Amino acid sequence: MKYIDEFQDPELARRLLDDIHATVTRPWALMEVCGGQTHSIIRHGIDQLLPEEVELIHGPGCPVCVTPLEVIDKALAIASRPEVIFCSFGDMLRVPGTGRDLFQVRAEGGDVRVVYSPLDALRIARENPGREVVFFGIGFETTAPPNAMTVHQARKLGIQNFSMLVSHVRVPPAIEAIMSSPSCRVQGFLAAGHVCSVMGVGEYPELAERFRVPIVVTGFEPLDILEGVRRAVRQLEHGEHTVDNAYARAVRPEGNAAARAMLEDVFEVTDRAWRGIGVIPGSGWRLSSKYRDHDAEHRFSVSGIRTAEPAECRSGEVLQGLLKPHECEAFGTLCTPRTPLGATMVSSEGACAAYYLYRRLDVPTTTTVREASPVV
Amino acid sequence: MCLAVPGRVLDIEERDGTRMATVDFGGVVKEVCLEYLPDLQVGEYAIVHVGFALQRLDEESARQTLELFAELGLLQEEFGDPWETAAAQAGVDPVEEVRNQ
Repeated sequence: MKYIDEFQDPELARRLLDDIHATVTRPWALMEVCGGQTHSIIRHGIDQLLPEEVELIHGPGCPVCVTPLEVIDKALAIASRPEVIFCSFGDMLRVPGTGRDLFQVRAEGGDVRVVYSPLDALRIARENPGREVVFFGIGFETTAPPNAMTVHQARKLGIQNFSMLVSHVRVPPAIEAIMSSPSCRVQGFLAAGHVCSVMGVGEYPELAERFRVPIVVTGFEPLDILEGVRRAVRQLEHGEHTVDNAYARAVRPEGNAAARAMLEDVFEVTDRAWRGIGVIPGSGWRLSSKYRDHDAEHRFSVSGIRTAEPAECRSGEVLQGLLKPHECEAFGTLCTPRTPLGATMVSSEGACAAYYLYRRLDVPTTTTVREASPVV
Repeated sequence: MCLAVPGRVLDIEERDGTRMATVDFGGVVKEVCLEYLPDLQVGEYAIVHVGFALQRLDEESARQTLELFAELGLLQEEFGDPWETAAAQAGVDPVEEVRNQ
């Protein structure tokens, strides 16, 4: 009984599970978009508590995981320059580029610093006027507004020695790409709660309608995920495909208007390559021409760096829900957190790291499923 | 890093024309920019991501989320020493630990 007793409210969890079990009549495949949701699902064994008809497919919602290899290589090239102080969030340190990572660049003498906030990088730039300070701006719609505000502040305050290497990604085009793939099995989405707390839900009705797929905005707590699954399954069983907000305590329909306005000002939509997946049209942001002076890619002339993804890492298939992490031949052998082939094994939000961390080294047995489930 | 963490506003001040707050995340205190939630008040909770308050949250939800994130080790990742974490990732192999038990 490891799983159900660990829930915040085991009784409510049982009721949600009972409802899901009572509702399901046939197989459904749901994709949780956010890596935080994936970790919560695996940590609490939610996938094993659900009826066997309900399959959870892990989506591409880990910003570290989807940052393309060539962007990492650009970061490594910039970080290796003697005049540069390279600032990054901590979870980028061990993401492998070609041959090395930021952790090794620092060991080799590069001035790589970890910051909690992009504003910390701006402060470092003010304190070091003789150096070039570069911030590694990656992430989804949750991270983009803080980074946008930081570039805006740099321009406003006239901080010339600050620039940003921008590789932001957007969720809705990824959903569109996943649904457009001929091999797609996804029938419903648990949308990422924090992305929606910024962007609202306005981008989703068109997708839900076009692909006839329910999209349920979902939080991260185990009960949130069960509720998201319950609502998605109910829609599927009733032949519905609407956008439903199951995370209303943190998500307003309009999102955060001030943050969205800043995104519009600082960034412009661009095609963006996703690691292991390839280019998804309109799926990214880059700095708009107004802020070109603060574009590190332009300032350090690294636009020409082109890197092919390694063939042995199958993280692209994992990110698209075509392969479970433990089904990869390299999982746990060639590829571990110590020797990662791809970012899905490095990032704390990566699906491969979740399976590794929580000992999902083998395919779950039916015995475990029965033991874990409150419904016989 | 795309996960935002709930925190409680302890105090608010203007700095360089920017509205900033001191925010408590279950014991860890950080400076947070309020430009995206300018009417947030002392004592209120908000979802904070990489130093920016992004959306209000009620106290009970904030408490539950903080407990979950602590349990998942995400608070350590967000606020702990990133170099230590990276070194641990580079040196610790849970599979070998399991196999050796």
